[in-house]
Amino acid sequence: MLAFIGRRIGTLFVILFGSSFILYNLTAISGDPREQYKFATDEKSQSALRALVRQLDLETPPPLRYFKWLEGVLGVFYGKLNFGVTRDNEDVISRLSAAIPTTLKLVTAATLTAIFLGIALGMVTAIRQYSRFDYVVTFFSFLMFSLPIFWVAVLLKQFLAIEFNDFLEVGYIDIGWRILIAAFTAVFWAGVIGGSKNRIAKVALSAFILTFGILTAIVALKWFYDPGLGPIVVFILSVGIAFAVTAISMGLDNRPALKSSLSIALITLILYYPLQYVFDKYSSWLLILALAVLTISTATLISVLFAKIDRGAVIRTSVITSIGCGLVVILDRLLSTWSEYLTLDGVNGRPIPTIGQMNPLLTTDDFWLVQLDTVVHLILPTVALTLISFAGYIRFTRGTMLEVLNQDYIRTARAKGLSERVVVVRHAFRNTMIPITTIIVVDISGVIGGAIITERVFGWSGMGTLFNKAISGYDLNLLMGVFAVTATLAVLANLVADLLYAALDPRIRVGNRL
Amino acid sequence: MRTFKKKTSTLQSAEIDSAENAIANREVQGLTQRQIVIRRFLNHRAAVTSLIILTTLVLFVFTGSGFHVGPWQIPGWWKHNIDTLSDLIVCSEGRLGCPTLSVVPKWLGGDGIRLGEHPLGQDDIGHDYLAMVLRGAQRSLMVTFIIGTVAGIIGTVVGAIAGFFAGRIDNVLMRFVDFLITIPSIIIGSVIGYHFGNLGALFLAFYLGLFAWTGLSRLVRGEFLSLREREFVDAARVAGASNNRIIFKHILPNAVGVIVVSVTLLMSGAILLETALSYLGFGVIPPDVSLGLLISTYQDAFTTRPYLFWWPGITIITIALSINFIGDGLRDAFDPRQRRKVTLKERRVKLFNRLMRKSQNV
Repeated sequence: MLAFIGRRIGTLFVILFGSSFILYNLTAISGDPREQYKFATDEKSQSALRALVRQLDLETPPPLRYFKWLEGVLGVFYGKLNFGVTRDNEDVISRLSAAIPTTLKLVTAATLTAIFLGIALGMVTAIRQYSRFDYVVTFFSFLMFSLPIFWVAVLLKQFLAIEFNDFLEVGYIDIGWRILIAAFTAVFWAGVIGGSKNRIAKVALSAFILTFGILTAIVALKWFYDPGLGPIVVFILSVGIAFAVTAISMGLDNRPALKSSLSIALITLILYYPLQYVFDKYSSWLLILALAVLTISTATLISVLFAKIDRGAVIRTSVITSIGCGLVVILDRLLSTWSEYLTLDGVNGRPIPTIGQMNPLLTTDDFWLVQLDTVVHLILPTVALTLISFAGYIRFTRGTMLEVLNQDYIRTARAKGLSERVVVVRHAFRNTMIPITTIIVVDISGVIGGAIITERVFGWSGMGTLFNKAISGYDLNLLMGVFAVTATLAVLANLVADLLYAALDPRIRVGNRL
Repeated sequence: MRTFKKKTSTLQSAEIDSAENAIANREVQGLTQRQIVIRRFLNHRAAVTSLIILTTLVLFVFTGSGFHVGPWQIPGWWKHNIDTLSDLIVCSEGRLGCPTLSVVPKWLGGDGIRLGEHPLGQDDIGHDYLAMVLRGAQRSLMVTFIIGTVAGIIGTVVGAIAGFFAGRIDNVLMRFVDFLITIPSIIIGSVIGYHFGNLGALFLAFYLGLFAWTGLSRLVRGEFLSLREREFVDAARVAGASNNRIIFKHILPNAVGVIVVSVTLLMSGAILLETALSYLGFGVIPPDVSLGLLISTYQDAFTTRPYLFWWPGITIITIALSINFIGDGLRDAFDPRQRRKVTLKERRVKLFNRLMRKSQNV
């Protein structure tokens, strides 16, 4: 195993060396940063040109210059990493370290949503293969594949931002729209859950009534101006999460699991008001992190108390439930900041921005207002990125899941008389996740440098913007800096994916393969 | 009929299974591989629809806009082309250059069905927008096709050589592929597009094709690696066939499914890549036109002149969507493990016949 990893890391360096050499020379040959001074004869341009040549060391031929660059990069091993300077004489590393957090902020939510939704929808379509629901989802995932992101972006800016802001000024949903939205929800859930005609009718009807009721309540209470969930709704949602998570992961027959999940929901209710006080008083990322740790450990403790057998699974169930409940509480806190945010000077009743990564007119440094500001700026890019990327996960999950469902061990599991839930969750889902995990690892490494177009459309300045600037300004050092980060991540992710594959699937022996 | 229904439901599932097999087997009896593939493809409704749509679109676009062959120019049937400027049409509310296309008949309160002088409107200075969309679509389609062909050929050859000869050759070729894969395609595309974009869209496509083959070559290699171990290859070798003959006559026909499917998917990716590059300004450069360029030029016109934004977008989506569906249909058609779903009706008819036969025997 160690020999395998060692050999792979060796190959990895060779690959990085080769591809950076190719890219360096390719870029160097294809453009000249001196171009803008080509026809300039005045003294000022001449001195600027000389400065540029000295600063970027343009006298040295590119293949040799590459090795000088490489020397700086290899400094990473003795703590003197040096990517050179940009043509504006800025340190590439400082540019990179400013850009990476921005990109991370931009892509994290979208990637997580895409993975979660994509896997869920892929599973459902595989279980309901060749159903109408499957056909509809397949059509939409192909449609998502075929959409240019900047085209989607323009539509989103119009409909999700401008028209939503317009709508907020009125704050009323027509009864026709309410019926339409409710009907759509009903069809969706009926498709997901499926089953006999009777069951489909029941599911559709309850989904319709629920959605319509919620929409009507929202309109009647003028919820859009002062949203928030309040302890009752938080409690109902927590109980819902508890039931849903238990039903999927352990089955409702498993009393210890159900009991511990429900007690977490109850604790959420009890702690609601104390938490509001804490949130108002000591809000910071540190607090949220501490609360997260506290939540997870409480969940573990509770499930240990309730469960005598099968502890691991019960703990997992209640930890997932507690994370869900925690997210609901935080969402509630963010929503209650909404009305204050709406009336701020820079927002002025139009909360969803079409562009930018923060509101420049925001003067407050209240933790929740700043977070809400980030969230509203993230909405459009997140929706756009999710739409584009989750189609891949749907198709991949569906394909893998179908392959797994046709295996003999699934037939055996069914023949043993296991319930369909156990067959799908314990036998099929786990095996489906093995290849998906490796894909996810590679994808996550890809998104760090990947959101070039999204950043441009929505006016964020992360890695994509740097890259753009580097290409159009012939800024070789900057381009290579961006490349070094993305390529290193890419090859590392490939290695991690291979190792993970071997770790998750005992049928695979990595050592023999290379 | 009631009793019959009850009876079918009590039948053993094994019997249903064998009935399905019988249907599936009878379907392909006495047919060549090619006939089976074509038949399966034709059964895929979405794919056939997409193929018809795409063919129509290609014919429409190419005959409409005309094209250059070397120094000669073949005019298309559409009266305007992208170079002619005409006066901006003044339409209602003092707007300029709005579309004259109308599809709502007069008796429904519309303007009647007509194309008019500029069906899709005009751009800022009076170019006919239909002509521009036609030319843009033509460019995008050609770029897609060229990338697909170049990458398809290189990928197949590299993959075939690596997979067939295995060993050291395989190692060298695949490490080279690893080099190329570490560089994201949009980076390569941008570097190439930025510096060679002025040579024209077709050169750009050619250069992009030179870098787009890596994924395909890996797939082909995998396919060749497993096929070369099969008995029919040994048989061919014992019979004295040369390497060339084995590769082209024996292995390649078996790998053609994988190749066709992934080239299709590669092409649908290519059209989006071209669009993205043109959007970033590294792709097709004005005065040449492509769909991505049209969208990026007119994205701010969405609220005032939405037609300038919708038409190129819908064209891109139609092309990419149909290619994706055709790819899906091809995958289903080439995959021998894929058994077409036996519809409930077929299953009932089959069972009904069996029951009838049984009852007659008794």
